[in-house]
Amino acid sequence: MSSDTLAKASAAPDTPEQTDSPRIVPQRRLGQWTAAVAVLVLLGLAVTSVVRNKAFQWGVVGDYFTSDSVLRGLWLTLWLTAVVMVLGFVLGALLAAARLSANPVLRSVSWGYVWLFRSIPILVQLLLWFNIGALYPELLGVKTVNLFTPIAVAIIGLTLHEAAYAAEVVRGGILSVDRGQVEAAQALGLSRWRRWWRIVLPQAMRSIVPPAGNMLIGTLKGTSIVSVIAVQDLLFSVQLVYHRTYQVIPLLMVATIWYTVVTSVLSVGQYYVEKHYARGSERSR
Amino acid sequence: MTVMVDIRSVHKSFGPLEVLKGIDLAVRAGEVTVILGPSGSGKSTLLRTINHLEKVDRGVISVDGTLVGYRRSGDKLYELREREVLKQRTRIGFVFQNFNLFPHLTVLDNIIEAPVSALKRPRKAAVESARRLLDRVGLSDKADAYPQQLSGGQQQRVAIARALALEPKLLLFDEPTSALDPELVGEVLDVIKDLAHQGTTMIVVTHEIGFAREVADTVVFMDDGRIVEQGTPTDVLDRPRHERTRTFLSKVL
Repeated sequence: MSSDTLAKASAAPDTPEQTDSPRIVPQRRLGQWTAAVAVLVLLGLAVTSVVRNKAFQWGVVGDYFTSDSVLRGLWLTLWLTAVVMVLGFVLGALLAAARLSANPVLRSVSWGYVWLFRSIPILVQLLLWFNIGALYPELLGVKTVNLFTPIAVAIIGLTLHEAAYAAEVVRGGILSVDRGQVEAAQALGLSRWRRWWRIVLPQAMRSIVPPAGNMLIGTLKGTSIVSVIAVQDLLFSVQLVYHRTYQVIPLLMVATIWYTVVTSVLSVGQYYVEKHYARGSERSR
Repeated sequence: MTVMVDIRSVHKSFGPLEVLKGIDLAVRAGEVTVILGPSGSGKSTLLRTINHLEKVDRGVISVDGTLVGYRRSGDKLYELREREVLKQRTRIGFVFQNFNLFPHLTVLDNIIEAPVSALKRPRKAAVESARRLLDRVGLSDKADAYPQQLSGGQQQRVAIARALALEPKLLLFDEPTSALDPELVGEVLDVIKDLAHQGTTMIVVTHEIGFAREVADTVVFMDDGRIVEQGTPTDVLDRPRHERTRTFLSKVL
């Protein structure tokens, strides 16, 4: 092929219709087309196999997809995710501010927190909080088991875990803002609060949003871990059904489809949030 | 004439490196002082100490009769709270080499930010005066643009308008044209000259010798953390007394 091209190139100057602005012929992307065909074939095979395989029991999936217990589980998954995300990021932002402050005590506390809660697997942490009554049978005169209900344990455990990661995400975002921005704000006499809220944070958001979106989707799916302490989230709800009916696969498909749907909606949301915070930057235009 | 800026035996070190080795300088109200000197001579650091962006290690600086960053009681200087320092800064305009406009705010929002949030001016009045300032720097049609949609020269003119919005008694310029393409330098210098002719007190750190000659009342030459000499532009630029000044000028002219 290369000798062929060379031959053509050397022949070109002799052709009568030679001009000063020859037409540009783009490279042919053979690999791209082969890959596309291969992917389509494989996708087709996968879809036929899924549709033809009776064991998926799509009828059962349809029956349970919008059943009350599944929707209740979905609802719990959604609000638990929202609560954990909000609390986790509020705590995370405070930790990041502490880590970046001039106060060495605050800096160490923040560092220690992140170190500790990133070290403990979330599953272990949930089980520890769930069994905290073994360590402290009573707290403030109340039986610990009554305070640490499964849902409370889920919120506490997931939030503390989330905050450690959120702290690093927020800190990274703040560090990405040019130092000159803070100096300009100081030179203009803007208060510390105003500098943080009006100047630094909106610019930091550009670097915070993508990993935060990642964390949100991770948390949505990560909440399924609370099924180990019998919190009735989406996963636990379908498990309750298949423990009774033994229709394991179709019910797992119900959960899978719901998780996918919610994740897709969140990804679209992330796109618009990113666009909002990119205003004024060249890449947004 | 009254003294606007009074700098006395100011010392400043960054770690083991002493960048200001005892600076004494007085700037009279209504005058333009241009500071020249090679890179690393401490001229930018000196400028930044005047609005307390850098703290001095020793010495005192006062602007319009008020100590910057400290309160004096007997022979002790007590550091001021941040709130008080911020209030002092609203009377001193600072223009940075890299403009440092807020990229997520429009030109108009950049200018009204400080008057509204630091001086508590009503928004409407701040917008009106911002539009007048934009007109003055020749950018009245750019109020709703974002900084990155503007050229470097336009951004620096917005930055000057932003500094003027606080109606400062003193304007500090830190190499205002060093980050600009050569053909954009003129438009920024024209705005600064215009301010000079209106009697604004200014200290300008720059490498533009021609600007110094044309606009400065006093030229200060700094090298290695010290003021080598100062005087009228003719004295310093045409009849420098020190060898160091002569070498520097022969290289930049």
